[in-house]
Amino acid sequence: MLHTLAVLVENHPGVLIKVAGLFARRAYNIESLTVCQTEDPEVSRMTIVVAGDDQVIEQVRNQLSKLVVVHTVVDLTEKSVVDRELALVRIPINSETRSEVFQTVDVFRGRVVDMGRSNITVELTGDIDKIGAFVHAIRPYGLLELVRTGKIAIMRSEA
Amino acid sequence: MSEEKKGLSGAKLLLNALQEEGVDIIFGYPGGVLLPLYDAMLDTPIRHVLGRHEQGVVFAADGYARVSGKVGVCLATSGPGATNLVTGITNAYSDSIPLVVLTGQVPTSSLGSDSFQEVDIIGITMPITKHSYIVKDPRDLPRVVKEAFFLARTGRPGPVVIDLPKDVLAQENVEPFPSDMKLKGYKIFGRGNNSKVEEVAQALSEARKPVLYAGGGVVTANAEGALRQFAERANLPVVTTLMGIGSLPYGHPNLLGMVGMHGTVTANYTVDDCDLLIAVGVRFDDRVTSGLGHRFATKAKVIHMDIDPVEISKVVKTHMRIVGDARKILEELLEVLPGHSLPELSEWWGQIRNWQKDNPLGCDLDSLTPQLVIKTLGELAGGEAVIATDVGQHQMWVAQFYPIARMRNYATSCGLGVMGYGLPAAVGAQLARPQDNVFLITGDGSLQMSIQELGTVAQNKLPIKIILLNNGVLGMVRQMQKMFYDGRYNHIQLEGNPDFVKVAEAYGIRGIHVNSVDQVRGAIEEAVNSSGPILLDFKISPDENVLPLVPPGKVITEMIVR
Repeated sequence: MLHTLAVLVENHPGVLIKVAGLFARRAYNIESLTVCQTEDPEVSRMTIVVAGDDQVIEQVRNQLSKLVVVHTVVDLTEKSVVDRELALVRIPINSETRSEVFQTVDVFRGRVVDMGRSNITVELTGDIDKIGAFVHAIRPYGLLELVRTGKIAIMRSEA
Repeated sequence: MSEEKKGLSGAKLLLNALQEEGVDIIFGYPGGVLLPLYDAMLDTPIRHVLGRHEQGVVFAADGYARVSGKVGVCLATSGPGATNLVTGITNAYSDSIPLVVLTGQVPTSSLGSDSFQEVDIIGITMPITKHSYIVKDPRDLPRVVKEAFFLARTGRPGPVVIDLPKDVLAQENVEPFPSDMKLKGYKIFGRGNNSKVEEVAQALSEARKPVLYAGGGVVTANAEGALRQFAERANLPVVTTLMGIGSLPYGHPNLLGMVGMHGTVTANYTVDDCDLLIAVGVRFDDRVTSGLGHRFATKAKVIHMDIDPVEISKVVKTHMRIVGDARKILEELLEVLPGHSLPELSEWWGQIRNWQKDNPLGCDLDSLTPQLVIKTLGELAGGEAVIATDVGQHQMWVAQFYPIARMRNYATSCGLGVMGYGLPAAVGAQLARPQDNVFLITGDGSLQMSIQELGTVAQNKLPIKIILLNNGVLGMVRQMQKMFYDGRYNHIQLEGNPDFVKVAEAYGIRGIHVNSVDQVRGAIEEAVNSSGPILLDFKISPDENVLPLVPPGKVITEMIVR
């Protein structure tokens, strides 16, 4: 099962390699990893999506916590969260496919952010399933390039 | 105050910070980028011990740490100096030994330019250190040193590397930042908690076949006294790991010996048959479990006490966990014990005594065997002597037959199993415990991996006694080839061995050949009473095997015993 971990780490050079090295050494599989500075410039937040059963995930959490550069590890999987992923997709178009492609983009509430003679670039935000569904829908028209940020997630406020 | 005297040099700041941490000895080897530090060192009371290879200096710091309980400090130059430390750092990491490892580095302006003797030692050592630093601003030195020592010795101890670029050491007039530690992400699990120890006491009162399984965490936590009280109060059988040797004195009636691959038959049967396994400061290493965690102590409820939460349920499914310092947990447990009934164990002990009677550790004491040498040494030097070993057959014979009386009297490379560890570790041990008799028990393969450290012994006039069990082969590999590869020996013959007595003599160290059984006692007596270093070269048979042995892939009750 996929778990989403929110990991607060020190914002120093070398921290990413410590975390990535840990995953590699222990043979944990990273599905995605995003990292950037937080509201506190000394702290970065990693959102790591990792596959594993409960025992593996507990090991991952404990191993991460053990790193001196890691402040906290929270498993967001069972929690109520808002999560998003951003994708940029370059799709070929021609006179025959243009309108269908644009319709598909509309259905998924994507935005065309760049346009050339023979292709368009679409920006799409949503949860992982939505991005996946879009990629599936657009693939028959050809998919020139796909960039995804990986998931970021934040806990919902208490009502 | 004149401008020049406003602050200290980086090197001086570093040395001051080391003294703040109580460092009185550094094991090191100089080099180009360390010149500012070696110069500043001349003006400090810190003793520097020059090794003969950087691997020797890190092993010496490790031996020092194991027998003293203090943080060991070693120093090597950039590039090859630093890379030569890698095996020693790994060894300390495997066995959770507190080290602060100082490495020289090229100047910050040259970093990343592939300059002479430049290597990314922080990158190389990332998986084998508890934490590491490269100091790019000399003003950080006091804080970094303070943090490094704190990290090395607290929680689950381990090695910490501090990489020191030459310009950081050489810079003059440094006005340092405050040394306050900034370790927001570091968690120490100090205590257990009372409700949990109540549960342990309850589980114990319901048990019929309990056993206590003690490891290196007992040594780290100085929990020897608490462990012994607990074992005696509840009359528990105790098995140890290699790391846990000494947590009960050899010969204690409750001690069944080492468990696992070369454990005693009784220890292995007891663990296999127990209904309650109380594991203290252990990690269910594959030398104990045969790598078969799911088939280890299958009838037992498993209680695991360890300071590192990562170890719990890593190998063996744990029914009850207490994360914390072994000594504090055991002391809490002792407090609540009077509120619970203790189990009736006479039937269990009857069973255990029968196993002991039927399966004594076998050895031939009528000819010149390694077991005879070790037992005679034990008799004459006693359990209070400090024993360092190398790795291989002799290491297991020491574990089985030497009467270690106390923790911290024993330095051996456990998790990593590094040949060549013994002689430099003995150097560190002797310097940590100048009043004690230090013996190195080694083999002819292992000794040759660090034989250059005889120079360190000679230079520092260290009265280390070397017991060389010389069989002319790589005995442990030979034994495996004999047992599991139909005796198809390959590259285990150490033809070309020197005359070790002559080698010792070349370093000004006395040496004695021991070629027959009737010379054994006399030679050992000479060593025990020698005021200087001495090497005894015991000619033993290559056919001697370490038994019992759990073959690879077998559970711990499936031992080869003869």
